[in-house]
Amino acid sequence: MHIVDGALSMPVVVAGTALAVVGIGIGLKRMPTDKIPAAGVLSATFFVASLVHVPIGPSSVHLILNGLAGLVLGWAAFPALFVGLLLQAVFFGFGGITVLGVNTLNIALPAVIVYYLCRPGIVSGSPAVAAVWGALGGALAIMLTTLAVGIALAASGDEFIPAAKLVFFAHIPVMAIEAALTGAAVLLARRVKPELFASPATAG
Amino acid sequence: MGHVVRAGAAAGLLDPATGHGPIARRDARLRVVAEAAFAVTVVALARLDVLALALACAIAAMLLARLPVAQTLRRVAAMDTFIVVMIAMLPFTVPGTPAFELFDLVASWEGLAKAAAIALKANAVVLMAMALLSTLEPVTLARALRGLGMPERLVHLVLFTVRYVDVLDQEYRRLRTAMRARGFRPANSRHTYVSFGYLVGMMLVRALERSERILKAMKCRGFSGRLTLDARWEPGRGDVAFGAVFTGLILGLIVLEAQGGIAA
Repeated sequence: MHIVDGALSMPVVVAGTALAVVGIGIGLKRMPTDKIPAAGVLSATFFVASLVHVPIGPSSVHLILNGLAGLVLGWAAFPALFVGLLLQAVFFGFGGITVLGVNTLNIALPAVIVYYLCRPGIVSGSPAVAAVWGALGGALAIMLTTLAVGIALAASGDEFIPAAKLVFFAHIPVMAIEAALTGAAVLLARRVKPELFASPATAG
Repeated sequence: MGHVVRAGAAAGLLDPATGHGPIARRDARLRVVAEAAFAVTVVALARLDVLALALACAIAAMLLARLPVAQTLRRVAAMDTFIVVMIAMLPFTVPGTPAFELFDLVASWEGLAKAAAIALKANAVVLMAMALLSTLEPVTLARALRGLGMPERLVHLVLFTVRYVDVLDQEYRRLRTAMRARGFRPANSRHTYVSFGYLVGMMLVRALERSERILKAMKCRGFSGRLTLDARWEPGRGDVAFGAVFTGLILGLIVLEAQGGIAA
């Protein structure tokens, strides 16, 4: 779901970059020095997870897990996911350079929204209830990301609207997969190490 | 993407491409600035012939950087599969002079031109990024970004991520091996997705525990929120030459665009 260089119009790129800078700034401000190792290791985890391919129909799809990143990292998802996108663009040739800000915004803003909407349910209830909230968050994050990609494309030109719609509908199965995955991950983490949702990177 | 990235089993995920040749010795900050300037310029260009020239320059840079050609092109092609759908739809969604018909859909010349422009821009920018930057040690890249004014904490985050990507990748492989030993085979099933969810959850749990040990180790060594990130600025003759050539390249692209193309 990366947008590449050259597709978006200049105002969209500028606006997306500006918002991403604000998001990264908030994320850094809320990340105490003590939490930098945790944020870094978690950022590396999400980077590795994004290289994992799971089967979907006859093909496979790579994980995004921005919902889970939001639940674990909160606002720190902005800098953490930006770092992942930066490394992917530079070392794997994935995504683009001028669109780094837009891509960060498209992936990290849904993560933060999921953090606010779904984290209360994950911290308070039983592990089973938490898993349901996790699944909801996983699906919601993908849905919001495809919407954000669609908005960025549609704002760049009407000719992109059919492609934006296609991206959205093509990602409905991905939403289901990310929901199942995020739900299971939350269930396991709540049983084994509830602190994952209590302290890291987000405190403050 | 996985199979592309994991081609070399022993190699780390972020190992720089083997770097020698004229680009490998250039200052990292210079390369970051050069890539940023190239990306912004190329994205702003509109003429197809100038864009083709920009792509040719990026290919030349890839060869000068002595990147492994087959692997680099495979990675760029992997990116292209992402955009191929969008690109393929553009000729039919941009109104204009009809070029050809396909199943009652009319493709326009304007749409074809727009699709070609996006493909040229995306490939030129990414190829140049790989030529200039993927040949850097990730840590060197992080220091260069600090030298160029990236906030210190963000650079710390880059450093930690770079340091632990391979550790966690190996952890992922160990967990996958353990799953395979128990007869797990990925399929289109709920069981598969839930198992992958447990896998990711386990990785997060272990990552957090690892980060607690890291923090203790760092505190034990007196970490106070600062890391040494000095990068001396000693431009050599080669750096000056590189800067001059690259500035010339970017100005050349802009002038050609303004003058109405290569032929003019």
